[in-house]
Amino acid sequence: MKSGILAAAAAAVVFGAVTGAQAGPTLDAVKSRGFVQCGVNAGLPGFGNPDSSGNWTGLDVDYCRAVAVALFNDPNKVKFTPLSAQQRFPAIQSGEVDLLSRNTTVTLTRDTSVGLNFAPVTYYDGQGFMVNKKLGVKSAKELNGATVCVQAGTTTELNLADYFRSNNMSYNPVVIESNDEVNAAYFAGRCDVLTTDASGLAGTRAGVAPVPDDHIILPEIISKEPLAPAVRHGDDQWFDVVKWTVYATIQAEEMGITSKNVDEFVNSKNPEIQRVLGTSPGMGKALGLDEKWAYNVIKTMGNYGEIFERNVGTKTPLKLERGLNALWTNGGLQYAMPIR
Amino acid sequence: MASETPDTARPSAPGGVSFSLSDPTVRAVFYQVLVVGIVIAVGWFLIHNTLDNLSKRSIATGFGFLEREASFGIGESLIDYHPRDSYGRAFLVGVLNTLKVSIIGVVLATVLGTLIGVARLSSNWLIAKLASTYVEIVRNIPPLLQLFFWYALVSESMPPVRQALNPIPGVFLSQRGLFVPVPSADPVWGTMGFALAIAVIAVIFLRRWAKARQERTGQPFPIGSASLGLLIGLPLIAYIAGGAPTALDVPKLQGFNFVGGVVLTPEFFAILVGLVVYTAAFIAEVVRSGILAVNWGQTEAARALGIDSGKTLRLVVLPQALRVIVPPLTSQYLNLTKNSSLALAIGYPDLVSIANTTLNQTGQAIEGVAMIMGTYLVISLGISIFMNWYNKRIALVER
Repeated sequence: MKSGILAAAAAAVVFGAVTGAQAGPTLDAVKSRGFVQCGVNAGLPGFGNPDSSGNWTGLDVDYCRAVAVALFNDPNKVKFTPLSAQQRFPAIQSGEVDLLSRNTTVTLTRDTSVGLNFAPVTYYDGQGFMVNKKLGVKSAKELNGATVCVQAGTTTELNLADYFRSNNMSYNPVVIESNDEVNAAYFAGRCDVLTTDASGLAGTRAGVAPVPDDHIILPEIISKEPLAPAVRHGDDQWFDVVKWTVYATIQAEEMGITSKNVDEFVNSKNPEIQRVLGTSPGMGKALGLDEKWAYNVIKTMGNYGEIFERNVGTKTPLKLERGLNALWTNGGLQYAMPIR
Repeated sequence: MASETPDTARPSAPGGVSFSLSDPTVRAVFYQVLVVGIVIAVGWFLIHNTLDNLSKRSIATGFGFLEREASFGIGESLIDYHPRDSYGRAFLVGVLNTLKVSIIGVVLATVLGTLIGVARLSSNWLIAKLASTYVEIVRNIPPLLQLFFWYALVSESMPPVRQALNPIPGVFLSQRGLFVPVPSADPVWGTMGFALAIAVIAVIFLRRWAKARQERTGQPFPIGSASLGLLIGLPLIAYIAGGAPTALDVPKLQGFNFVGGVVLTPEFFAILVGLVVYTAAFIAEVVRSGILAVNWGQTEAARALGIDSGKTLRLVVLPQALRVIVPPLTSQYLNLTKNSSLALAIGYPDLVSIANTTLNQTGQAIEGVAMIMGTYLVISLGISIFMNWYNKRIALVER
C-alpha cells in the first residue's frame, strides 16, 4: 500500500524524463501551469489540516498560499498534496510537488544527500513527551522502561533513541505510520508516552484527547526542530522566491506592517519600506516577480506574527506562545535578511 | 527384405542457407535477438536516466548507507539489536520479523483453512452454514480493516498494564501483550535441541525402513507411536541427564512494564491473527474445491474394498485432492507473505516498516524500495520452489 506510493515516486525518478527537464526552471513551469503544487501535512492542526468545510488551514499551508500570492496575487492558486512523513521526500525529489511545506525539520542529511534546499525557518520547535497524569511522572528522566508511541519515518524516532541512549535508559518503541493511529494507540493506553514536536503535542492534546486535562507535556525539550519549507536542489531562482517570500513576512512584522495597515505604508518616505512594498522598483524584478509581490503577500496573508497568531497562537486551540518564534527584537529567533 | 527405403526427406532449399524471414528457424532467432535487444535498451535507458536524474539533483546513491549507524529503536526483534547497530542489521531484523509472521501464519492458516474447508462440506447443516458464513464475510473485508479491528480489539479491551489479568501464576495479560514465563538459560536446552535433531533424523530413516519392510512382507509397523516416542524420548533423556533444571524466568511488573519472560505483543498478535483469519478463508475454498474435484466413485470404490472412512479420506481422497489443492495453495501462501507488509499500519516492525524508516532517514528511496522488492522476490521464489517441489512429489505418476 504505502510502499506502492513510494514505489510510484521512485518510479517517477526512474522514468521521469519530463520531471528531469523541470529540475531547472521551476519558476517558469509554475507560472505557465498557473498554480503552485504544495506538499503539506494531512492532519496536523495548526500546521496543515483541512477544516470542517474542506479548506486547507495552518501555518505551513499559509506559506504555500503566500508563495502563490507572490507569484499570482491569488492565495487559491495552490494545489495541496497531503503527504505522509515517508512520502514527502520522494514527492519533492520526483517533482510531484514544487514546494514542501510540511513541518519538516532542517538537517544536514536532508540538505545534502536527500537533495533539498531549506527556506528560512517558519517555526522553531523541539521534541517533547506527553504522558497520562495518572502515571505520576514529572520528568522525562523518569521514563526508563516506558513504552513510547512514535510516528514512523521522522527525526522524532532518532531523537527518541538518542535521548534514551544518552541517559542510559531503555524504552520500547511502538512505531506506527499514520499520525492518527499513533494518537489512537496512545489514548487507548497501548503506550505510556507519546512523543512528537511540542507544538504537535499541544495540538493533539487540544484536538484529539478525550479529556485534555488528563495529559501533561513534560518540561524536557529533547531536540531542536527548526521547521522550514523546502525545495529541490538545482533551481536557485525558485529557491530564492520561496526564501524571500518567508523573509518578507518577517520583515513586515519588524516594520510593523500588517495586512490591515499596509496601504498606509505604500506612500511612506522610508526607503526601506519603499523597497519592500515595491514603491521603489527593483526587488521584484530581481526575483523574477511582480514589483508588488511583497505588498500582495502582506495584504493577503499578513505578516509573520499575524500568520502565527491565526494558526497556532494563544487564541487558537493550540495556545502556543511565541517563545523562540518571537522577533529577534523581542528575544526570539525570527530575523529577516535585509531586502535591498 | 533388402529393399531401399524411399527418400522421404524434403528437398532442401537451393543454395543451402537462406536469411529469408519466411524460414521459421531464421525468423525465430531474429525475433529473439530483437526482443533481447529491446529489453537491454529499455533497461539501459532506465538505469542511465535514473542515475542522470539523481546526479542532477545531487541525491546520494549506492548502498553505502547500510554500514551507517541506524540510531532508531525497534520494538521487537529475534536477534540482538540496539540503535547503535547499522542500517543493514536493522533491515535484517525486519526481514526476520517478516519471516516469523509469514511462517507461523502459513502453518496456522493452513490448519484453520483446512478445518473450515472440510467443515463447509460437512453433512451437519449448522457446521456447513457457519463455515460458509465465515468464508463469505472474511474474504469480502479488506485485510487492512481486519488488522485495525484486531489491533483495536487488543488495545481497547485489555486492561492497563498495572491492572494486568493474571489467569495463571506467572502469566500476565494486558495492553502491553501476553507475558509468559520461560525456563531460565541453561546449557541443557542446547543439548536437548541436539537430541531432537538426532531424533528427527532417526525418524526419517525409521520410516523408510518401515515402508520397505511393509512392501516386502506386508507387515505394518506402528510408525506413528514409534516416531512420537523417539521425538519426545530423546530430548527427555537429555533433559534428565542434564540435571533437569526447573528455574523459571517469571515476568514481573517493574516500573512501566513487565520485565522477564517472553512477550506476545499486541502488534504481532494483530498481524498474525489478521493474516491467518483472512487467508484461511481463501484456503478453505481451495481445500473444498480440491476435495470436490475427486470423483465420488473413488470413495465408493474404497468402501467397496472395505476400507473405513478415515482411511478412505487419508489414503484415497486426500492424495488425489492435494494435486488440485497445492498450486492455488501456493498463491495463498505468497499472498499471506506479501500482505504482511500491511504491518506498518499497526506498528509491527516488519521489513517494509524498517526499510521505510531507513529510506526516510537516508533519503535513498530507490535503494530502499529495490531492497524491499528484492527481499519479497527472494521469499516468494523460495516458497514457490518449495511448493513446486512438493507438487511434483505428489503429482500423478503415470505408469
